[in-house]
Amino acid sequence: MSKSAINILIVGIGGQGVMTASEILSQVAFAEGYDVKKTEVTGMSQRGGIVSSHLRVGERVYSPEITQGEVDVLVGFEAAEALRWAHYLRPQGVAMVNRLRIEPPIVSLGLFDYPQDPIGDIRKQGIAIRDFDAGAIARELGDLRLVNTIMLGAISESLPFKPETLRENIVARFRAKKPEQADLNAVAFDQGRTEAKRTAV
Amino acid sequence: MTKTLSPPPAGTRILMSGNEAVARAIWDSGARVASAYPGTPSTEILEYISLYSDIYAEWSVNEKVSLEVAIGASLTGARAFCAMKHVGLNVASDALMTLTLTGVVGGLVIAVADDVGFSSSQNEQDSRYWGRFAHLPIFEPSDSQEAYVMTKAAFALSERFAAPVILRMTARICHVKCVVDIGERETHRVAEGFVKDPARWVMVPGNAKHRVPKMLARDRSLREASENSPFNIIENSNDRRVGFIASGAAYMHVREAYPNAPILKLGFSCPPPIAMIRRFSKQVDTLVVVEETEPLIETEIRAIGIAVHGKDLLPANGELSATVLRPALAPLSPSAAISQNTIEPQTVFPRPPTMCAACPHLGIYYTLSQMRNTNISGDIGCYTLGAGQPWNALDTCISMGASMGVALGMDKARGADDENKKIVAVIGDSTFMHMGMQGLLDIIYNRGNVTILLLDNRAVGMTGGQNNPGNGRDIHGNAAPRIDFAKLVEAFGVDPERIHVVNSYELPVLFKTLREETKKTGVSVIITNQPCVLISDYVKQTPYEVEESLCTGCGNCVDVGCPAIHVIRREKAVKPSGKEVELSFVEIETVACTGCNLCVQTCAPKAIRHVVSMLQNEPVTIS
Repeated sequence: MSKSAINILIVGIGGQGVMTASEILSQVAFAEGYDVKKTEVTGMSQRGGIVSSHLRVGERVYSPEITQGEVDVLVGFEAAEALRWAHYLRPQGVAMVNRLRIEPPIVSLGLFDYPQDPIGDIRKQGIAIRDFDAGAIARELGDLRLVNTIMLGAISESLPFKPETLRENIVARFRAKKPEQADLNAVAFDQGRTEAKRTAV
Repeated sequence: MTKTLSPPPAGTRILMSGNEAVARAIWDSGARVASAYPGTPSTEILEYISLYSDIYAEWSVNEKVSLEVAIGASLTGARAFCAMKHVGLNVASDALMTLTLTGVVGGLVIAVADDVGFSSSQNEQDSRYWGRFAHLPIFEPSDSQEAYVMTKAAFALSERFAAPVILRMTARICHVKCVVDIGERETHRVAEGFVKDPARWVMVPGNAKHRVPKMLARDRSLREASENSPFNIIENSNDRRVGFIASGAAYMHVREAYPNAPILKLGFSCPPPIAMIRRFSKQVDTLVVVEETEPLIETEIRAIGIAVHGKDLLPANGELSATVLRPALAPLSPSAAISQNTIEPQTVFPRPPTMCAACPHLGIYYTLSQMRNTNISGDIGCYTLGAGQPWNALDTCISMGASMGVALGMDKARGADDENKKIVAVIGDSTFMHMGMQGLLDIIYNRGNVTILLLDNRAVGMTGGQNNPGNGRDIHGNAAPRIDFAKLVEAFGVDPERIHVVNSYELPVLFKTLREETKKTGVSVIITNQPCVLISDYVKQTPYEVEESLCTGCGNCVDVGCPAIHVIRREKAVKPSGKEVELSFVEIETVACTGCNLCVQTCAPKAIRHVVSMLQNEPVTIS
């Protein structure tokens, strides 16, 4: 059985659900018969700092860390974080980015500037970026926590397994724990998927 | 309250982190007692172990006690385990260096997790030195599967040689999730109980000196075991130009960077298999040792006269990866592909860790940041962040509990600039119980002039809010005896009038108490008593918002350092005095605000008020 390999880098800040998204993807890839390695930077970075999760999927994975320049899919939960990690992408890789801007206290204190247009800065480097306001979609659907599922829907067609497999896993997770939110998450997933297609370059 | 687990059966294949895999292996090895003090990246091992109902698990007050608990258990014949981060083994080393003489009865495994890459530590160190120093065997897993298998094998090795075994992990082993095949469970025999044998267990000079030759003889046997260990393997290749020797996470990075290179993989890395290394060195043209972080193996290889590359080409500290290895070893390995990365890294503002919204430490650091002419001796925990922006109100951080001794030393030495300075020591509840209590006793006994801020937030905050004697809950969340800090410090000899228990959210009281106490000579202890916002004791209040028309842009609330306060607009204004000032108009992120009331106390124009709609739904709780 030949399995195509993929390197997914999910980035954001502590508390945004980066690790949950990565956990779901890793479980689905594993269930699909792939070798999987997932690694995160945790510890102090939980306190509002940078969070990055490397997920490597393939027939046989050695290092848990994605080599710089070998990311196939960059998932940015926050715009400036996507910019920070953009150079990890392969030249032909794709960036899927939530337009959300989260300014840390040091920006509030006036010590550093938040980039004017991080999305534009990524695009300027010739990267295939698909950006959208996942927060707005989530708000429209009535729950900000749906951002996670929307982002997973958005990358679902860039993975080596079927989007439906990921969708079913997410819905099943909610059926088991919060059944009342299962249908809503299915909708969120589909909207993310549609959004990614709409913004395809 | 107690959470338990229904462990998947033997033969199951699942994704596990290294820490989770070690915990499962501890259970599958029939260990009876497991102990630890929380510390990144090792914390989760004991958290997972605590879910197995038939193992006694505890949060110890520090790593030395934790190891001593494991020693006591082993002496009865039971299998025992303790886990710690790298600096924890420094603390436990006093016990370790004698344990190597007594040896063990029941298998004893010590997992030590090195925070390579500084995710949350005050230093970076290679704990394998402790194995060398203590003449003890070391296993180095390179993924979760190996962590599982090696932990089980470590118990067997420990019993075969009657010596503790060190399981050396790093952050990239502890926190990486990958595939693990669960093996059979071995239910360990019921221990026979402690057998008195003073010549073995009472390490007075007359007894201890007879144990040294036994330890040295054990070294020779361990070398043989290492030569024949299934964890030390040569992976051959037709390409013999560059051969690698690697252990732990570094092995995976080498495989990643050079998929077709020959590798001698060391899983039983101390003592190293010298004959095997010699054999391997003859099979390759150039030999490179790749290890995190110190050149331990490299030095041994050089000592036997074999030419080898290592730290001459590779970085001497920090994490390795294919990203690091390929360019560093390019001079040796022209065939290895360096990825053609055309994307330039961009400079983006840093995002240092911050204190949480409503953290009880915020008000304390806001107060400390207003104090002039003060040296603030700090300690290890979330409150170390007080050294950063906007507070800049912590001047030292050395090791667990060091705030006490350092403060006393500053007081006693007093340089020309310090003549009239106030000396404040800041320490958290867990750190105080870990290693700070002795330092406080020293300050009191030696008549120091120090104001101690004991920040009791009833949890080990930085590692995720683990229970401790300060909150009266054990590792399972069950009720446990709770320490009374005020009584304790009084018993140490602090004048009862100089002991204050203060609510961390009452800024005027904090400020007044601190100002008055620092004016006096002698020792005072100010205990703040509000819980960490991440634990169950914390009760959220109605959130606040900013009435934009009332905000004058003074920026006082920004100085609290709460991450829920955002500056939305900056303006320049000229004061009547002619001085130009920068104004910062703010908003409060309602979803993040938990209504702690700190910023309200700094807002002169009273522009911060409750979110009215939420006030109606959610009554304010006053604790």
